[in-house]
Amino acid sequence: MDDGENLAPAPEPEAVRPAAVTPADAADAARLVAFGLQPKLLPARDAEYAELIRRHREDPAFARLADAVAAGLGLVVLEVSPRAGMAVAAGEDSVFAVRMGDYSRRAASDSSDRFLHGLAHLAVAALAFPRPADLADDGYIGRITVNGVDAFVRQACRRLEERAEEQGENSDPASDAPGLEAAWRVYARRSATGATKDARRLAGSTTGIVGKAVAFLVDSGFLQRTGDESGGTYRTTARYQLQVRDLAGSAAMAELLDLGVVPVGDGTASLLPPGEGDEFELVAEAGLPFHGS
Amino acid sequence: MPHPNTGSSRPVAPGPAADEGLARRLKALACTAPLHDLDARKANLAGEYSTYAMAEVALAAIDLVTLTMDFDTGADHDQIVARLQPRVAAQAPGRPAEEHERVARWVLENLINVGSVDRGFRAVYGTFGADGAYVRRDYDFKLIEEVPGPGGTVYLRTTDEAVNVLVGALDTDVTSAQIAAEVKLEVLISRGRLADAQLAAEQARYRTVQYAETLRRALEATRRDVRAVDWLRAVPDMINEALDHVADRYRHENAILTNIRKARDEATEPEHKRRAAELVDIVKDCIRRHTQLQSRLLEAGPLFRAEQDRQAFATPVARAGLDLYGQLLAPLLPLPVERASRVTDAFFAHGTGLRTPPAVRVGDLIETLLTPPLEREHLGAEMPEPDLVATPEDSRFSEAQLEAALELLDLPHDAPRRLSGLLAEARRRDPELPYLVALLAVHAASPPVGTAYRQGEQRLLFAVDDGAELDDPEFGGADLIVGAALLDAAGMALDRTVENTAGKDEGHRE
Repeated sequence: MDDGENLAPAPEPEAVRPAAVTPADAADAARLVAFGLQPKLLPARDAEYAELIRRHREDPAFARLADAVAAGLGLVVLEVSPRAGMAVAAGEDSVFAVRMGDYSRRAASDSSDRFLHGLAHLAVAALAFPRPADLADDGYIGRITVNGVDAFVRQACRRLEERAEEQGENSDPASDAPGLEAAWRVYARRSATGATKDARRLAGSTTGIVGKAVAFLVDSGFLQRTGDESGGTYRTTARYQLQVRDLAGSAAMAELLDLGVVPVGDGTASLLPPGEGDEFELVAEAGLPFHGS
Repeated sequence: MPHPNTGSSRPVAPGPAADEGLARRLKALACTAPLHDLDARKANLAGEYSTYAMAEVALAAIDLVTLTMDFDTGADHDQIVARLQPRVAAQAPGRPAEEHERVARWVLENLINVGSVDRGFRAVYGTFGADGAYVRRDYDFKLIEEVPGPGGTVYLRTTDEAVNVLVGALDTDVTSAQIAAEVKLEVLISRGRLADAQLAAEQARYRTVQYAETLRRALEATRRDVRAVDWLRAVPDMINEALDHVADRYRHENAILTNIRKARDEATEPEHKRRAAELVDIVKDCIRRHTQLQSRLLEAGPLFRAEQDRQAFATPVARAGLDLYGQLLAPLLPLPVERASRVTDAFFAHGTGLRTPPAVRVGDLIETLLTPPLEREHLGAEMPEPDLVATPEDSRFSEAQLEAALELLDLPHDAPRRLSGLLAEARRRDPELPYLVALLAVHAASPPVGTAYRQGEQRLLFAVDDGAELDDPEFGGADLIVGAALLDAAGMALDRTVENTAGKDEGHRE
């Protein structure tokens, strides 16, 4: 690896050259990446981590070394900062990537389950960052509840159903082509919850699917649980915002554009409150953002 | 907001009007299928269940759930089963109560359709498209759905399909439904049918709350973003409408209140009186909610102005980010699920974070498996042995005295005795004993029937005053007749099970 002095306007430009990469530096860089792989660990909680973060920010050679280690492991560095730590994300073919089949066995075989699990993750993000400005604002902390996410998607589905009815469309899918069923319908007809023998959430219900998504995001260090109301309340972390803003949002967007759908936004919020005649079912304590605090 | 779906909304579906009507009727017909299906399938159940009319039980269950649906929750699963049981029991009185419960549960679970992953039903019907092609379509519907309640509980609600088809056409328009409910209430009161009037009043309150909720949503949205709500026309119109509504309803409900108060005061039957009193409370609550709605309506204007000031002068964020809802979620939902999956897959692949794959060495694995479980060490400080001091016996009577008294009062059920005789006999045994016997006899004057009934006691001590005066050196008062009554323990047990299944509604059958 080359030093490239012109990229590093350090106070002593000549002193950088002899400081070639030592095995100790490589070990430190790898250690920093290892810290980054523990997403729940924050620099504020670990002095060594904080010191390595500081070194990454102040020593360009070390920063390049750490970034190279990450790249070699198939990781994308999103940000290195005291608030988020070394925020790394798994590249598409990395060993660290999460595969749908490992995530949910049913999702691997059933296409509608696969869609619902993916949609749950998108809906969690959409409700955690309801306005474009929330996603852009580094200081923003989103708050969501499991029931709120479910109610919010259901409401969106309900509006599409009403619109289809107004336009006299028949939204019932053809029996021999289940793949052509409108996406909202798949969600709308899945039950929201269900009684189980052991008082746990019914895994196949939509609150079960959303609950699984948020539990997984907690393990990823993206959400923090704050309470048990409304099926569980959570707040977002800096890492989640980075991941959604810099990676997931744009990846999904690219896919949507690829499908020929070009949504136009003007930077204002499109998450509007329901219309007056909109009589969607309220879920108890759902705590929707358009219902205020 | 431009919607990608509008492009594909050319007049495909309308087709021949008759065909549309046919599809509608086919759907309505499909909603009744699960009920017929119950009767068809009862033959397959292990056991002789043909005496039960399953469709009848199912309709009763849907009615029960619909009537118990609260504003934000719904009906409790077990309660519905319990309330169904009297009807099931009436269909086959000779069968055990467990079987009745099993039937009620079976019907309810089949209405939810617990076996399917969607917990719903599907019917297939065919229509002709605009191009004349015949298309088979799936119609998915639910009759009873499970919704989350507070604290992670699950409640039952009937769906629109069930209400429309199986309960009867309900007008869903907020205002007119309320008017209808109130007209019904007035008619019911004038005919003196208060039990039904209470139901109608509760429905009226439900509508009232719904109306307030609509307004609350608009106000809360304003608090978030003023521009999200149309304050030029839509909201002022709604506020005017709502104010008219409040004025109208307020006058109306006060009239009703006066009427019911009169009914309450004039009612002679205690049951009517109680019902009317309850009704007064409900209508009072309606009026309270109207007042609440009105004060909120009056706050709306100032709230809008304050929020406009606050939000207009807040510094805008420099860069605008991606609008996750408007640019991703909303355009995605109308797409066919096959295509929408590509977008959600992409989001999932990049938005779930990373997992470090576990790497296990065989050596470590063996060691881990062979390590005995660790003893827990962090059990805290040792608890000091409590120093117990024996408290002196301070009861007025000893155990032996109580036994003696109870033995004395263990009378045969066909031979009651006078208290004077009992006291004299007690005095011969122990000078202290008469006090205890007198105490027990006085207690028996008001025997704990309810407790004995609940605990299934075989016999009960009672005392009756027939006017004779007690002639005793130590005690005065009535010379009670003390006797033992035999209780029908088996009969009571039977009654109790029936009552339990009838739920906590009314404690009848005293």
